[in-house]
Amino acid sequence: MVFKSPIGVINMFDENQLTFNIIKRLDEQGNLVDEQKLNIKQSELLEIYKWMKKARLLDEKLLKLQRQGRIGTYAPFSGQEAAQVGSAFALNSNDWICPSYRDIAACLVHGMPIEQILYYIKGHVEGGKSPENVNILPIQIIIAAQTLHAVGIGYASKLKGESSVAISYFGDGATSEGDFHEALNFAAVYKTPTIFFCQNNQYAISVPLKQQMASKTIAQKAIAYGMIGIQVDGNDVVAVYEATKEAIERARNGGGPTLIEALTYRYGPHTTSDDPNKYRSNEEKEEWLKKDPIIRLKKWIHKQNIWSDEQDREFENNFQDEMNRIIDEVEKQDFPKINEIFNHVYDKMTNHLYEQQMEANSIIQRKDGDHNG
Amino acid sequence: MAEITMVQAIQQALTIEMEKDPRVVILGEDVGRNGGVFRVTDGLIERFGKDRVIDTPLAESAIIGTSVGMSVNGLKPVAEIQFLGFIYEAMDQIASQAARMRFKSAGRFHVPMVIRSPYGGGVRTPELHSDSLEALFSHTPGLKIVMPSNPYDAKGLLISAIRDNDPVLFLEPMKLYRTCKQDVPEGEYEIQIGKAHIVKEGHHATIVSWGPPVQTLKKIVDEYEKEDIHLELIDLRTVAPIDIETILKSVEKTERLLIVHEAVKTNGIGAEIAALVSEKGLFSLSAPILRVTGYDTPYPVGTVEDDWLPSDKRIKLSVEKLLSY
Repeated sequence: MVFKSPIGVINMFDENQLTFNIIKRLDEQGNLVDEQKLNIKQSELLEIYKWMKKARLLDEKLLKLQRQGRIGTYAPFSGQEAAQVGSAFALNSNDWICPSYRDIAACLVHGMPIEQILYYIKGHVEGGKSPENVNILPIQIIIAAQTLHAVGIGYASKLKGESSVAISYFGDGATSEGDFHEALNFAAVYKTPTIFFCQNNQYAISVPLKQQMASKTIAQKAIAYGMIGIQVDGNDVVAVYEATKEAIERARNGGGPTLIEALTYRYGPHTTSDDPNKYRSNEEKEEWLKKDPIIRLKKWIHKQNIWSDEQDREFENNFQDEMNRIIDEVEKQDFPKINEIFNHVYDKMTNHLYEQQMEANSIIQRKDGDHNG
Repeated sequence: MAEITMVQAIQQALTIEMEKDPRVVILGEDVGRNGGVFRVTDGLIERFGKDRVIDTPLAESAIIGTSVGMSVNGLKPVAEIQFLGFIYEAMDQIASQAARMRFKSAGRFHVPMVIRSPYGGGVRTPELHSDSLEALFSHTPGLKIVMPSNPYDAKGLLISAIRDNDPVLFLEPMKLYRTCKQDVPEGEYEIQIGKAHIVKEGHHATIVSWGPPVQTLKKIVDEYEKEDIHLELIDLRTVAPIDIETILKSVEKTERLLIVHEAVKTNGIGAEIAALVSEKGLFSLSAPILRVTGYDTPYPVGTVEDDWLPSDKRIKLSVEKLLSY
């Protein structure tokens, strides 16, 4: 583009010169959009379907538990299952996830047990503890802070000569944070094996994307940092899987980081504390419901004759039972006591914390005494 | 044993730990080819390579955030923030990420990193280079804060900090980088973090300090000794956690306490020490606890900074007041 300025004619690069083809494999009717061979087995797609279904059912269950006052504030992710499941399914078990609070489906696929998720949301003292062999960082509250952790994890993998990569999940709002830009820059400079996976669900709480940024896409921001940026239909799990898999392989083979923008939508509120009707229209939501990621894949597996409605019902019933069993088990556990919070502040408890723990113990004993009396 | 500066002592500690432990990496602005703006890391990139001595892009939050990720995945980063006044840029990554990782993951992950940063007054820097911000970080559970006052301590404390399994903020007094020379053993040795050092024993009053004022106080204590006034000087060495036991024991003997620090007065480490002594040792005291500190203003310009800092004059006035009770 040629831009006329008061001091003369300047050649400027215009973002309209950028074209991102949104990667798409499966259309809304569950048909492949082109003849290109799938890079994923049928059996794996069935597995992915089951994960998405589980994730949706878990999300709906957690929302209900919150409304009943049985868990704390919750950030639902329904609508974003393809983005999370498709990308996490592409990881190896020794790879790392740096999640935000809305990425429970990705954590589930990568090995986080449902009971651990419940302990976290119920506010148990050890709720943030991933199992020993599961490489998932504690859920991140500060927007974009985890993008930098994925850079450091990737750097360490590379220095140690290991093959693991790190994927950081975040939303469209996070792309305005300084940490996001610093992370992209560091990752590109050091060519770390890092995947920046942005779920662009169109809103940061209430602020729509067009008020979040003036650029046309999030993916294009990668170009400024010298890394590959791609845009993918985030409700198309096949496209998400294939795109992420490719980025992961590139990272593993020394090709450096990738920014993936997955276009998607959250059906529910930001968290259980807000009402999306205040900032979004119902028509908009209806439009996105037509693009539902789970229905889309279900149509496809139906057509392949590898999954029936009956199997679907049975699967759902079994998983509901499993969830109920786990919830019962978790709700049976005693609430932790205040004296447990001192154990993991430092490697070895300091004198002043020991003193405070003793004080907490004495308060607990006094309370118990009161009950007995 | 050779007489060396604090810059050399810190460099020895870094070299020893990098030789010994391949997990140790150094990262920060200008730490590689330039050897750091104070040449503390001079020559290390030639010795250990650019993958372990990392010149980073200019972004403090990313230096710390990347170090958090490195730590979680098995490295032991020693990150440098070029001047302590620049550290606010990295506040979230230090306070909410590095310091809390062990707690929020219930022990699954920890961050054994060291954040080195020059600080302190008396060297006529531009704005925001001289601030003493230790109190700010002492409000961050999970973090340790170490502030050496001489080359011998700097070396031993840094070796301990690098070997520590928790994040340590290691603050290096700019003024003493080259002005304070001392005999320092060439080999490795550790100095325990969280333990104060009694620099000089005495029985008339206790003075607690850390960082650059300790050097000023040593001279003052010597002067008083000639007048047969014996002051006990305690170098805290670590300001989080505070070794209150050593202070209490001293105050039991001297019955008088003066705290001297460069940081601003209100809600400083001095206030915490005074609170702890009144909680645990009030009946040892025969005089009010006094403080000599920076004034509660932003760190001032060079023409007045010597009078802003705890000067000889201000310290002596407080000592005399303390002894008058």
